[in-house]
Amino acid sequence: MVRPLLALSGVSKSFGAVAALRDVRLELFAGEAHALVGENGAGKSTLVKILAGVHAPDDGVLTLHGRPLLLSGPADARAAGIAVIYQEPTLFPDLSVAENIFMGRQPLRSLRRIDNAKMRDQAVELFVRLGVQIDPDRPARGLSIADQQLVEIAKALSLDAQVLVMDEPTAALSGVEVERLFAVVRSLVDAGTAVLFISHRFDEVFALCQRITVMRDGRWVSTDRVDEVTVDEIVRRMVGREVSALFPKQSTKVREPRLQVRHLTRHGVFTDISFTVHGGEIVALAGLVGAGRSEVVRAVFGIDRYDSGEVRVDGRRLRGGDPAAAIDAGLALVPEDRRQQGLVMELSVQRNVTLPRRWALARAGLLFAGSEHRAAQSWIQRLHVKTGRLTDPVSTLSGGNQQKVVLAKWLATRPGVLIVDEPTRGIDVGTKAEVHRLLSQLAAEGVAVLMVSSELPEVLGMADRVLVMHEGRLVADLPREHADEESVMLAATGAVPAAGTGEVVLP
Amino acid sequence: MTVLARPATRPASRIRVARRGLVVREMGILLALVLLVGATTVTNPRFLSAQSIKDLLLGSTILAILAVGQATVIITRNVDLSVGSILGLSAFGTGSLLVAVPHLPIPVVIVVGTAIGAVCGVVNGALIAAARVPALVVTLGTLYVFRGIDYSWATSRQINAADLPAGFLRMGTATLLGVPVLTLFAVAVLLVAGFYLHSYRSGREMYAIGSAPAAAVLAGIPVGRRVFAAFVASGALAGLAGVLYAARFGTLDANAGLGIELNVVAAVVVGGVAIFGGSGSVYGAALGAVLLTTIGAALPVLGINPFWQRAAVGALILAAIGLDRALAARVARSLRGRNNHA
Repeated sequence: MVRPLLALSGVSKSFGAVAALRDVRLELFAGEAHALVGENGAGKSTLVKILAGVHAPDDGVLTLHGRPLLLSGPADARAAGIAVIYQEPTLFPDLSVAENIFMGRQPLRSLRRIDNAKMRDQAVELFVRLGVQIDPDRPARGLSIADQQLVEIAKALSLDAQVLVMDEPTAALSGVEVERLFAVVRSLVDAGTAVLFISHRFDEVFALCQRITVMRDGRWVSTDRVDEVTVDEIVRRMVGREVSALFPKQSTKVREPRLQVRHLTRHGVFTDISFTVHGGEIVALAGLVGAGRSEVVRAVFGIDRYDSGEVRVDGRRLRGGDPAAAIDAGLALVPEDRRQQGLVMELSVQRNVTLPRRWALARAGLLFAGSEHRAAQSWIQRLHVKTGRLTDPVSTLSGGNQQKVVLAKWLATRPGVLIVDEPTRGIDVGTKAEVHRLLSQLAAEGVAVLMVSSELPEVLGMADRVLVMHEGRLVADLPREHADEESVMLAATGAVPAAGTGEVVLP
Repeated sequence: MTVLARPATRPASRIRVARRGLVVREMGILLALVLLVGATTVTNPRFLSAQSIKDLLLGSTILAILAVGQATVIITRNVDLSVGSILGLSAFGTGSLLVAVPHLPIPVVIVVGTAIGAVCGVVNGALIAAARVPALVVTLGTLYVFRGIDYSWATSRQINAADLPAGFLRMGTATLLGVPVLTLFAVAVLLVAGFYLHSYRSGREMYAIGSAPAAAVLAGIPVGRRVFAAFVASGALAGLAGVLYAARFGTLDANAGLGIELNVVAAVVVGGVAIFGGSGSVYGAALGAVLLTTIGAALPVLGINPFWQRAAVGALILAAIGLDRALAARVARSLRGRNNHA
């Protein structure tokens, strides 16, 4: 047995009460590309950050060449020969491309001055190796995502690392660019580098890697040679749980179309998105992180602008980029990040609940505490929000109750179309069920519900239809009876377009 | 297919526009300065006499030194509001020292004054690093603390020019080839700081920190240490400015440099250093200091009510910020010339 170049064993990491990694093991060998796959939230990115020295593991050991390795910061990881390409580019927008590549390691001339000419030449050399043309003197600001990613790759190459970690490096690259990157990675692997490759694209994983590790819910599931497993087997292991009966979607009659989205495009973010949500229907928008789901709903609601296409609510065209008009038209958006976007944490519960209706509740332009209190009271009771007094700051509530306050706030506007983005992230099981029951009830009352969710069981349990996005495009529209974990996962990873189980949406 | 679809020759002109944007900033200030001096000279030819140029340079010196230190701090996305108080402390400190030991060599006096400033800078830097409180708040606090120390030290004493050794005061008025000696200090400081920020790894890392703090951590840059160094440098330069202030004015009480910190920040911003860090240069900041001083001297000559002087400074700051936004938008447009990955 060959000794692994870099090994992790028994690694655990928690953030507060949330265990991100539990007893994870991983072995990377010199001259081998190793794939790491798993659903959103499986712990892949946390693992990457441990390898990068950003997080220290709570438990477990890292060994390099069989010797224990302690990383107290990113500089240590770099010194140990570990280069990391992050999912999100981490460039300095004001500095030149060449400086971005060599920051902290610029070639020097006499008096330890930076040798700008040499730095420029070395950057050009790296880009030639990658087969791309990027001006090393231009500032990084304004580079496309793909070019930013290429600069990151050049940065990692320039380190001459013995371990190269790539967290979804290809998400923004075109086919030709991916081929170039793979050619470079293969030559590095042949030269003895150990590569850890994280990707949701199975075709890439199987084309590039020799070994594949599956993670689920922060745990290690399996490690195999790629020629010994199939894509279906891997997807099963990634999902690997039962759909619980926690999700009580009542079946209702589908009524008239309430939200119609036609050919919505925002350049470089999402392209040609068309779908309809009817009254009484819960439609889930599924996909991997970064597929553009939240961006679509933000554009629909008017927070972000879109470049072309249209949004209609109850048949009337909505002006783009105007959330106030969207609220007037009966749209409500419960955003993904309740602490940052959904609530004003320092304000009282009642004030948060009545915030979108402050004008309707005001008399002669003045807002009286009494009317605020009465308006909030009924919704707080209806949603079973556990709160001391309505005048307590909302920051004193638990996560689940905060989420209910966000829901109450928008339900109070009596929306015809309710958009919820990750409605149950980070809240306990009991509250989760309550939120689901509420959504179901709203649909029964004729509200059109569009739900963005990364939790497959929630999607499958709640939705009448599942829309799947992959890299900014809508790739599948699966009716409830055709949607199962595998068909959604395969569509989301772009492995098989909808697997023939449902209709593939065409413009 | 994006790579193939890309034109064979990169739109080089666009990128040149983008790069020129950086130079345009400093040229813009220089142009404004030339126009101002030109217009004033037409009105009153004596504005460009050797004596008044000397006065202008002398007047800009202290502001320029403070601006160089401030620019270094602002480039790292921080701000140092305590420089006026540090200047006051250092000025009164060197004055008291010279009263006590009149025959002290001038270089020693300069080192002591700079050291007083550096110690204040260490206090600022340590508080920011240890307490993880924004620099704006910390230096607003030390602004009052340092001034308070100055007051309780000086009580209501005043040091007069007669109490100071003549050799020290001569430094404040001496010229070398027509250029005031004090200005030469500022020029030396400017050149050293500009060279360091441009040509050394740690200098470039300061830009990186201001440009993207989170990315700087991931890149393994010792962010805390660099920011600390920037505050020590700013403090030390404020200390040096205090010595020069003592030499120039000779009359010292606890109010030296009172309120100058906002002029310094204004000079830096007018000089094209982005208030959110990452871009700009100390040369621009120094030019900004010269421009603000020149406005102060030119407006009375032009017959404009001195009350308008502050409004003019304000308009200039707004114009500088407006120019920044316009340039940024133009650079962004010219850099966006790439095919979408649709």
